[in-house]
Amino acid sequence: MNNILEVHNVVKHYSQHTALNDVSINIPKGVIFGLLGPNGAGKTSLIRIINQITGFDEGYVLFDGQKLSQKHIKEIGYLPEERGLYKKMKVGEQLLYLAQLKGLSEKQALEKLKEWFTKFDIKTWWTKNVEDLSKGMQQKIQFVATVLHEPQLIILDEPFSGFDPINADLIKNEILELKEKGSTIIFSTHRMESVEELCDHIALINKSEKVLDGPKSEIKERFKTNTYNIKYSGDLLTNSPDFEIINTEQIEDNFSSSTIKLNTGTPVNQLIRQIIDQVELRSFGENIPTMNDIFKMVVNESID
Amino acid sequence: MKNILLILRREYLVRIKKKSFWVMTLLMPILVSGFYALLFWGVFNSAEVQRVSIIDESGSFTQKFKDSEKVKFEYLNLPIDSALNRLNQKRTDIVAMIPKDIIEEPSGLKIYTGKGVGFEIQGKIERIIQNEIRNVKLSRAGIDQKILEDADVDVSSKVVVVSKEGEQKEQNTLASTVLGFIAVILMFSTVIGFGMQVMRGVIEEKTNRIIEVIISSVKPFELMMGKILGVGLVGLTQFTLWITLTFVLTTVSSSILPSQQIAKAAQEQMSEMPQKDKDKIVKKIEQTPSDASKVMAFIQSAKNLNIPLIIGCFLFYFIFGYLFYASVYGAIGSAVDNETDTQQFMFPIMLPLLAGYLIGLMTAGQTDNKLLFWASIIPFTSPITMMSRLPFGVEPWELILSMTLLVISTFGMVWIAAKIYRVGILMYGKKPTFKEIGKWLFYKG
Repeated sequence: MNNILEVHNVVKHYSQHTALNDVSINIPKGVIFGLLGPNGAGKTSLIRIINQITGFDEGYVLFDGQKLSQKHIKEIGYLPEERGLYKKMKVGEQLLYLAQLKGLSEKQALEKLKEWFTKFDIKTWWTKNVEDLSKGMQQKIQFVATVLHEPQLIILDEPFSGFDPINADLIKNEILELKEKGSTIIFSTHRMESVEELCDHIALINKSEKVLDGPKSEIKERFKTNTYNIKYSGDLLTNSPDFEIINTEQIEDNFSSSTIKLNTGTPVNQLIRQIIDQVELRSFGENIPTMNDIFKMVVNESID
Repeated sequence: MKNILLILRREYLVRIKKKSFWVMTLLMPILVSGFYALLFWGVFNSAEVQRVSIIDESGSFTQKFKDSEKVKFEYLNLPIDSALNRLNQKRTDIVAMIPKDIIEEPSGLKIYTGKGVGFEIQGKIERIIQNEIRNVKLSRAGIDQKILEDADVDVSSKVVVVSKEGEQKEQNTLASTVLGFIAVILMFSTVIGFGMQVMRGVIEEKTNRIIEVIISSVKPFELMMGKILGVGLVGLTQFTLWITLTFVLTTVSSSILPSQQIAKAAQEQMSEMPQKDKDKIVKKIEQTPSDASKVMAFIQSAKNLNIPLIIGCFLFYFIFGYLFYASVYGAIGSAVDNETDTQQFMFPIMLPLLAGYLIGLMTAGQTDNKLLFWASIIPFTSPITMMSRLPFGVEPWELILSMTLLVISTFGMVWIAAKIYRVGILMYGKKPTFKEIGKWLFYKG
């Protein structure tokens, strides 16, 4: 079984609206899976269903090939977007408690906690009350709580919010390390640059429906517009049947920058050949859409 | 089940570790036994020895005033003015002026004092004079001292409750009422107190936003039950400590401190009496209408109450009454975002509690009262109201009916609360109405 999680035709109604409408998503093992979508699209509903916090009305969910059930809870680690800890409880006690709720014995939990406390260099925090820690420190504790029981599937909802760039990097490296160790990570975020950086697969949910999913590279390929960006000096004429110039702007005294759309079927080399006949070429690059572009494009499309 | 225990343990330990818990737990028995000790102390022991100067113009009371532990008498043969001077110079505390015609005009007795006179001393002086006047008047009327003693009978009654089986039990109405009051007040305040703790705990988890982390690990029902049981166990711990400590402290204070005092007090009583009454007094000490013996009689009859049954029933009604109301409090906590939003839900929950409380207190001892009867059977009020009936004795079938109904409705209430809780804890923002909460009952998992 290659998919750690399969969501099949899941429908979830609330009294006033439908949160998920016939959503199917497959999440392969060992990937970082970006779950994207605008606010209120249904991401949190889906995540809560996977965590068995709420039920659903139709469809079914498989975890590692089996019907999702109570016993899978300890295989999942969840970092919700709105997170918190018991403020008046000591850090160590709290983590032990949360780990035991996930099914670890006290002894196992203690061993694993020691590793993490050494790794993050936070041994002195053990006896501190959570309320005495800064927000970033609390986030670190919460991250440890999420992954301590070494779950197969880790669900992170906006994991970087509240972190300074240094700690964000630290967490990012942890996520990559967890992936290397074989965990699958569902990563829900609005920050497209981290999707760009981390995700292998993505799925985009908009208005309760899945509108896009697949490997990131494939999706990018699909959204390519066959446009290129060139910088050059000299004059570029537009009388070729192979391409058209979408726009041109003067960037410095002698240089111009143009976006060129290549007509389908024309090899790129032919374009280059034609250009270098006319102008002094300085740079040439293909316009690959960013996740940001794709996100906006898909979401806006469905608005129209 | 394992999860409920884990949660229970956390909820329990967090509260047990708080300073406020120990302050409350230790302070209560100290206050109670302190009150108890004060009662004894006040009865048997006044602050210092009082010096009483007697100016006996009538001359009938020579040698009638006898010194005791607390009062020293002296006879002064001075005019009242110089006696009052002595009072001003603090050479005496009280001046009692017995006029010449006291036997004809008994209201002529005057007591002068610099700082007020204790009830007890005033009573003592009056009693001695009264006794003597009576003796004088009766002998003048030609009545023999022997007849007098014979006529001095004491009527006192004991209330005996006769059960259907013919068993007879002595009952002290006062002790039963007091015990009932204490149990009603304690039940009322602890059910509310610990119920509120559950509600605050739920709100805390919700505002902390830790709730989502926890219910991704355990079922909402497990979290709710763990919390309710944990807080309840804190309550039971507190009761156990209260009962043990109060028992120890009152035993200590009543056995060590007052035993000598009681003996002394008894001696003093006797010293005031005519010599011949003394043998009688020994028998009568518990029935004589003095403060000390009243207290003794009260304590004695309190001991006749079925304390183990009352404590057992109290714990039973606390456990289920608490579970019943704590689940309501838990459900309310889950439905709101902060404590101020709970106001509108507080009224309906306080209503039956207050009703039970007031009925329990106001109709205490009215064994035939129908309102009291029904309030002690119906689960909403029974945990509190039954407490006021228990010391007076309750028919077994009534107790069993009341308990059965309470247990059944507790399970029902927990079930309803769990349904509301499960939906409520994930709802943020808008304050829900009763109607919306009603709808939550029918949501699917």
